[in-house]
Amino acid sequence: MKKTMSFEEPIIKLREKIQELKEFTETNEVDLSEEIRNLNDRLIKLENDIYGNMETWERVQVARHPERPTTYDYIGELFEDFIELHGDRAFGDDAAIVGGIGSFDGEPVTIIGHQRGKDTKENVKRTFGMPHPEGYRKALRLMKQAEKFGRPIICMIDTKGAYPGRAAEERGQSEAIARNLVEMASLTVPVISIVIGEGGSGGALALGVANRIYMLEHSTYSVISPEGAASILWKDSAYSKEAAEAMKITAPELLKMDIIDEIIPEVLGGGHRDPKQQAKNMRTVLTNALNELSKLDADGLVQDRYDKFRKIGVFSE
Amino acid sequence: MLRDLFTNVKKQQAIMPNAKSKSDVPEGIMTKCPECKHVEPTKELGKLLKVCPKCDFHFKMTAQERIDSLMDEGTFVSMDDHLATENPLEFPAYTAKVKKDAEKTGLNEAVLTGTGKIDGNEVAIAIMDAHFRMGSMGSVVGEKITRAVEKATELGIPMLIFSASGGARMQEGVLSLMQMAKTSVALNRHSEKGLLYISIMTYPTTGGVSASFASVGDINLAEPKALIGFAGRRVIEQTVREKLPEDFQTAEFLLAHGQLDAVVHRVDLQDMLSRIIRLHTKGEAAQ
Repeated sequence: MKKTMSFEEPIIKLREKIQELKEFTETNEVDLSEEIRNLNDRLIKLENDIYGNMETWERVQVARHPERPTTYDYIGELFEDFIELHGDRAFGDDAAIVGGIGSFDGEPVTIIGHQRGKDTKENVKRTFGMPHPEGYRKALRLMKQAEKFGRPIICMIDTKGAYPGRAAEERGQSEAIARNLVEMASLTVPVISIVIGEGGSGGALALGVANRIYMLEHSTYSVISPEGAASILWKDSAYSKEAAEAMKITAPELLKMDIIDEIIPEVLGGGHRDPKQQAKNMRTVLTNALNELSKLDADGLVQDRYDKFRKIGVFSE
Repeated sequence: MLRDLFTNVKKQQAIMPNAKSKSDVPEGIMTKCPECKHVEPTKELGKLLKVCPKCDFHFKMTAQERIDSLMDEGTFVSMDDHLATENPLEFPAYTAKVKKDAEKTGLNEAVLTGTGKIDGNEVAIAIMDAHFRMGSMGSVVGEKITRAVEKATELGIPMLIFSASGGARMQEGVLSLMQMAKTSVALNRHSEKGLLYISIMTYPTTGGVSASFASVGDINLAEPKALIGFAGRRVIEQTVREKLPEDFQTAEFLLAHGQLDAVVHRVDLQDMLSRIIRLHTKGEAAQ
């Protein structure tokens, strides 16, 4: 049983009712097929209404859904022969960022992504997908390795933000993030980033200086968490919904601001309802992006990335 | 009940001290050190580069004061003072707040950029001013810094950035976040040309500014006791529920943890910058 989000309750109730009727007809000698058909039609309409018109806060709930597919899930669906590679060669191995090599349609690629846990135990191990500096340094090591061997880099962004903690600060959380931003700028191989869940602040951007940036339809990308913004602006994190709306963090809003390249459509109701289909939607976009970027040489890729970020900003002269 | 009546009377009789007698330091003429409570004439403090003569506390400087204290007289030429902040997310009250700070500081945004000379050495410089929206970085701050870095790259001269910022500016949402990437790609180009970038972190350098250009200088310097860090102290205390050391996220703490090249007293800063620049100038270093 999937976790129900409050806004989808009418759908769940109707689905339960249909199920009840079906069970009733199986045990009783009455024909309710007409009623069931009618209710099914209503269900489809209701799903389209609710899932097709999600508001900001509803998208935030989908992006944070505990069963939402993670980097590992997509790696399993999209890449062959994946080998996970560990460690930053300096301090440790951060389980909040995973990475490795694999093949995509027969071509070697490097895959790096934030990794959330799916239950409390795994979340503790992975610090809820919030990386420490060694996570970012592992990511950079794998990017440099990809560059050496001429492999495209595919990053999956899914974090509330970099981990806020004493050890993280002592080991240079700021420097680790900043270093990635600067170094990613000069990578001579294609870099593609996909926001698959939450894109929280600098901790997300550290995997995001890419030639192409995509967002899953219900993912979010934001300068600060809605809760953080609410507690600063309204001195009360209960206003998270208002803060999320004010900051414009949804995929359609980012596309409109020309920050992302494309929205990857989600399975109706969210990727967690059919991870295999969701991966297929991503495969199409990835294939196109890799084809396009393969036409650029090393200098072209660096220039392309420069131009992409150079133009971001709204001001008047 | 009867007692309540009496206490009320007492309260009414209590004389509240007026605001004037509360502050023992006349506004403007004298400045009190928040650290050691020493009182110094504001004019004298200015001559001391706004460093407390008793305890070395470094007061915040405006961008203009920084220019005056560092650059050879009359050499600084500012850039991009005409760029104006918009309100892309239509955030309530944002335009008015920016306008107010522009009037207060005389700057168009939270950073002053330009070119000039330090001890005869030509540099491009960006100086953030924490008096403007806490020095937060939105589109204009990101654009001004990027243009200054591009100018340095074009002229083949060192880039200096003085950070003083609470981080990315919330009111411009993800546009602010992307300024971290924009300034970084520009700095990367500057670096690829073999040019020198010195980052000087001053009070405060936190959040998105700390996690972008401020931390990636070829040489990272900081002023004594400057607050430098990624996550806020309160956020960390709430997350990890552990007591943080007194000097947590100070310049000295970062130096001890290998995050800085040196902590430099403001009085020594000009000389230090001049020496670093000369040591990066081939052939002319001996002069």
